[in-house]
Amino acid sequence: MRHTLSALVENKSGVLARISTLFAARGYNIDTLTVGETDDPSVSRMTITVRGDTKILEQIEKQLNKLIDVIKVFEYSQTKHIERDLALIKVKADKNNRSEILQIVDIFRADIIDLSHETLMIEITGDEEKIEAFVGMLRPFGIKELVRTGIVAMARG
Amino acid sequence: MIKTGTEIFIECLKKENVELMFGIPGGQVLPLFDKIYDAPFKFILTRHEQGAAHMADGYARSTGKTGVCLATSGPGAANLVTGLATANMDSIPLVAFTGQVPTSLIGNDAFQEADTTGITRPVTKHNYLVKDINFLSEAIQNSFYIASSGRPGPVLIDIPADIQKASTEFVWKEKPDIRSYKPNLKGHPVQIKKLAEAINAAERPVLYVGGGVIIANASAELLELAMKAELPVTTTLMAIGSFPPDNALNMGMLGMHGMYWANMAMQNADLIIAVGSRFDDRCTGKLSDFAPKAKIIAHIDVDPTSISKNVAAHIPVVGDAKNILTELVKHVNKKKHTQWIKQINNWRREKPFGYENDSKLRPQYVIEKISEITGGEAIVTTEVGQHQMWAAQFYKAKYPRHFISSGGLGTMGYGFPAAIGAKLGNPKKPVICISGDGSLQMNIQELATASINKVNVIVCILNNGHLGMVRQWQQMFYKRRYSAVELFTHEAKRCQPIPDFVKVAQAYGAEGMRVTRKTDVSHAIEKALKIKDKPIIIDFIVEQEENVFPMVPAGAALHEIVTSLA
Repeated sequence: MRHTLSALVENKSGVLARISTLFAARGYNIDTLTVGETDDPSVSRMTITVRGDTKILEQIEKQLNKLIDVIKVFEYSQTKHIERDLALIKVKADKNNRSEILQIVDIFRADIIDLSHETLMIEITGDEEKIEAFVGMLRPFGIKELVRTGIVAMARG
Repeated sequence: MIKTGTEIFIECLKKENVELMFGIPGGQVLPLFDKIYDAPFKFILTRHEQGAAHMADGYARSTGKTGVCLATSGPGAANLVTGLATANMDSIPLVAFTGQVPTSLIGNDAFQEADTTGITRPVTKHNYLVKDINFLSEAIQNSFYIASSGRPGPVLIDIPADIQKASTEFVWKEKPDIRSYKPNLKGHPVQIKKLAEAINAAERPVLYVGGGVIIANASAELLELAMKAELPVTTTLMAIGSFPPDNALNMGMLGMHGMYWANMAMQNADLIIAVGSRFDDRCTGKLSDFAPKAKIIAHIDVDPTSISKNVAAHIPVVGDAKNILTELVKHVNKKKHTQWIKQINNWRREKPFGYENDSKLRPQYVIEKISEITGGEAIVTTEVGQHQMWAAQFYKAKYPRHFISSGGLGTMGYGFPAAIGAKLGNPKKPVICISGDGSLQMNIQELATASINKVNVIVCILNNGHLGMVRQWQQMFYKRRYSAVELFTHEAKRCQPIPDFVKVAQAYGAEGMRVTRKTDVSHAIEKALKIKDKPIIIDFIVEQEENVFPMVPAGAALHEIVTSLA
């Protein structure tokens, strides 16, 4: 099962290394990891998605909390929350199939952000499921490049 | 007041009441050593940085204070790693200072540069690279606080040479305040009540006690609880000395080389109360068959990550053992467990513990004599291997902080420097290092440190000419194919152990004795205890193929304990 953890950490060098060292040393696998400053520039928020059973999740949460530079950890599996991922996709497109792709882009409310004779670059935001469905629709046209930011999450309310 | 980095360093150590520091100088710590020259604390020059870390550790374990060591950049820092890892596994408060190349050179592969914070991150509780002089005093103050609070551990501070020479206003906070570090010390009252009810209802309870009780100075509270509710106690290697050895409720050590009845009690208990122990594999045996009859497992620990890591706890209580036991005693009923105690005594009779006490010089006999002559009042440190287990089984440490051993990491080479640290911290106590001929050679250079500083530690080598524990496993599980375990040469007429430890002792200005007969053991120990001005090595030439029993083979359950070779 996939779990989403969100950690507020001190915004200083070495903190990311501490967290990745912890995951490596304990044999936990990181699915996605994003880091960015919060409204308080001394604090960063890390969103980490991991796979594992609840026992492993509980250990990860406690081990993260144990790190001196981690201020607070939230685990979102029991909380109503929103998740977003952003992807840039470069897909093969010529004058014959461009309008077909545009239709799909429209339906998914994605954006074309770059255009050439042979390719289109598309930006899409959404939860993991939506992005995967979109990528699935584009695959038959030929995906040349794909990059994703990883998941960010926030509790509702 | 404006102070330089080195002045801030000294000022902070004064404020932290540091009385002793261990280490070795080098290029990037020259400014610090210029201040250490007339510092108000004692500096012990060791012969290897690993020795410095272990001495600081032995000092910390035996006194309860924070140990401090210092090394230069690069190789100096790298040599500390084993010592830091040892302290980290056993939750020992240590502050290690290292020099670093100037900030402008960091990352340039400069001479004696190493990524010290990177190397030590997994083996410390926390570490700092101080790149700004304005953060130096806070880093030092935080380090002492982090090292000694919550679940203690080693903290390293890496100080580049230019920061040592820079100046700033010296600031000292009343109390360190780290927003992301607030250890939870007070146990939750609801959980404590729940645990008390479980104790009151239990028919076959066991207190399974670990090193946390010693760290929390909770021995008196533990004794009170055990006596009030009549709870049999088993201690881990780390908890030896936390419960009186002659108390009828003390079942001794559990686990791989633990007592048969202690292991049987764990396997048959309906309630296990773990206090400051962490269900280490050496204690639990095969996890899936561990404590099958336990209806409730309760776990008191200051570190939440220890709880439900290996064994799921039904009643977790996070907090300091002293606080929690004090509260817990109030809620438990006075009770007798006559039937249960009788059962445990039956197990005691069924497979009594002992060894073949014949005319030969056997290692167990030496430790029995040490225990007898000192009355369990000496501080004993051990190296790692067979002798360590025999020491755990036969030395009856009377008080906490009197049995000092590398439990988690199992570091050969730990015991001798740790003994030096313990002796310097407890000058009035006899300090004895029980060692093997293998382990001692891993930090034997510290004989110079002990000799020069007139540290009269007694090293008792149980010399069996082998890396004994590995030899035992090869005998039991690898058809006696002794691979790379012999510590002697076949070239001489008779097997000649290398080195001659008596000559080594003499070369270092220490006293050396050799004992080959059982009848000479007591005399040698008594003689050694009278020497006050130098370290002593007693080389006991013991039976070569003696084995440690009982033994739970790796991968077996606790009750599948073997008491002899057959």
